[in-house]
Amino acid sequence: MNEWDDMITREDVEHIGWLASIEIDDEEKDELVEHFNSILDYFHQLDEVDTEGVEPTYRVVDLANVFRDDAASSSLSIEQALKNAPRRENGYFKSPRIV
Amino acid sequence: MLRDLIERLRDGAAEEYLSRLYERIEKSRLNGFTTLAKESALEEARRFDKSPGQGLLSGLPIAIKECISTRGIETNCSSNILRGYIPPYDAHVIERLKAEGAIIMGKTNMDEFAMGTSTETSCFGPTRNPWDIDTVPGGSSGGSAAVVAGGEAPCSLGSDTGGSVRCPASFCGIVGLKPTYGLVSRYGLVAYANSLEQIGPLTHTVEDTALLLQVISGHDARDSTSAPRPGQSYLEGLDEGVAGMKIGIPREYFGEGVAPAVEKAVWEGIHTLESLGASWQEVSLPHTRYALAAYYVVAMSEASSNLARFDGLRYGLREGEDKDWHTTFSAIRAKGFGPEVKRRIMLGTYALSAGYYGRYYLKALKVRTLIKEDFLRAFKEVDILVSPTMPIPAFKIGERINDPLSLYMADVFTVPINLAGVPAISLPCGFDGRLPVGLQIIGPHFGEGAVLKAAQAFESATPFHEAKPEVV
Repeated sequence: MNEWDDMITREDVEHIGWLASIEIDDEEKDELVEHFNSILDYFHQLDEVDTEGVEPTYRVVDLANVFRDDAASSSLSIEQALKNAPRRENGYFKSPRIV
Repeated sequence: MLRDLIERLRDGAAEEYLSRLYERIEKSRLNGFTTLAKESALEEARRFDKSPGQGLLSGLPIAIKECISTRGIETNCSSNILRGYIPPYDAHVIERLKAEGAIIMGKTNMDEFAMGTSTETSCFGPTRNPWDIDTVPGGSSGGSAAVVAGGEAPCSLGSDTGGSVRCPASFCGIVGLKPTYGLVSRYGLVAYANSLEQIGPLTHTVEDTALLLQVISGHDARDSTSAPRPGQSYLEGLDEGVAGMKIGIPREYFGEGVAPAVEKAVWEGIHTLESLGASWQEVSLPHTRYALAAYYVVAMSEASSNLARFDGLRYGLREGEDKDWHTTFSAIRAKGFGPEVKRRIMLGTYALSAGYYGRYYLKALKVRTLIKEDFLRAFKEVDILVSPTMPIPAFKIGERINDPLSLYMADVFTVPINLAGVPAISLPCGFDGRLPVGLQIIGPHFGEGAVLKAAQAFESATPFHEAKPEVV
């Protein structure tokens, strides 16, 4: 009883790669199609479980509204924060152009 | 035993002991260590020899998994995308270890970003199992387990998202604990699936694990999921025994898919606990068969979000000329991530994408509720649960790596514990040929005391923790 048509195609893999910001070359695509379909097929056994009226569990230990005092504390210096950045300029991270 | 070792180190033996470990590591074929902090560690040891501190772990060397941030020591998650990253701060657990006088020896190999069951997906190549050099050590904390089992470190820390401490503990014949979710701060642990993971110790004995847990547990305001509980001594009451304890045997954790030698060793373990005064009864965790699928949907979804931060901007790999934003980052991520990490990020992205969220992610979270309720129901009847840690002993390097689903299947008895957030320990309970078999003891939320007590009783009555591999 599968009302979903979710066989993954090469086009789907390209689209997911775009969403995930991971470039995929042509060789990888066929393998990913195969792996995705076998793994998703396995996931579909979740369809058998009756979850009518069941609440989702986002976290297992019940902690709600964890607050801290609104007090200033020290943070990393600019130098420390930039130390691992492969490209930087004038005390900033240097990003590729956006537009 | 760590307490005896710490006593010996107090007599000015810290540097000598540590030097001998490094000599062993430098000749090692295990590939368990990836980054060594030899200079800073030896300096610490010399300082300790001059004036021994009063900390619980004074002078004790410890190995740390590559995904736990260590200030000034490379932390790369065994991934090319993070090679060369040197954290400007320590994880909470590292602060705690240092405050008690422990010495950070270096970092240990792992499956890339903790995604694996064999330590084969590391960018540094596979770690080897000291019991059989052609065999995997388990994963994802394979390096942390192999170096302890192989005598290269007296103890280590790993992280456990779906069994990543318990699986390698089982495959390498040592003790490994996954604490209750929220007991140990995740501050400074590079996130893979943050609603599932905990940092845990890997040691030769149950007492050692209790000692390390005592040091690393406790509330930390920097992790909003850290439980606001007072510190607890896990050594106290450790030797109380199991007389009168009620053990549940989850029927879904035996039978089909479990290697006969594993099943036999675990049942012998149950009978050992019975002979020590515990009683056992069969219980049912009826949603067990759905745990793997639910786990992988949740873990991959969280991974796709957590690993979005690796883009070569603030740290990590950045190569070639910058093009536009998306092209640049997509190329970096294609080059920096290995195949299993890409697979999980992409499947998680798919599971969270428009139109599929309800079908996969939300559905998995609802099944997670049912799995958690299975455990809560069982713990109304019994004090602890006992099962195999892994359905099989360690497998050969290369045997399963090209079939992701068959690798996932090996996690069948470890992932339900992370979904439910309960604590579980793996400890050696026998051998299949020369490969160790692990027994898993599961407790209710914050029931580490009962888990450790049962494990300690078992260990005191059996010889398996004393067996050592003949590593070359």
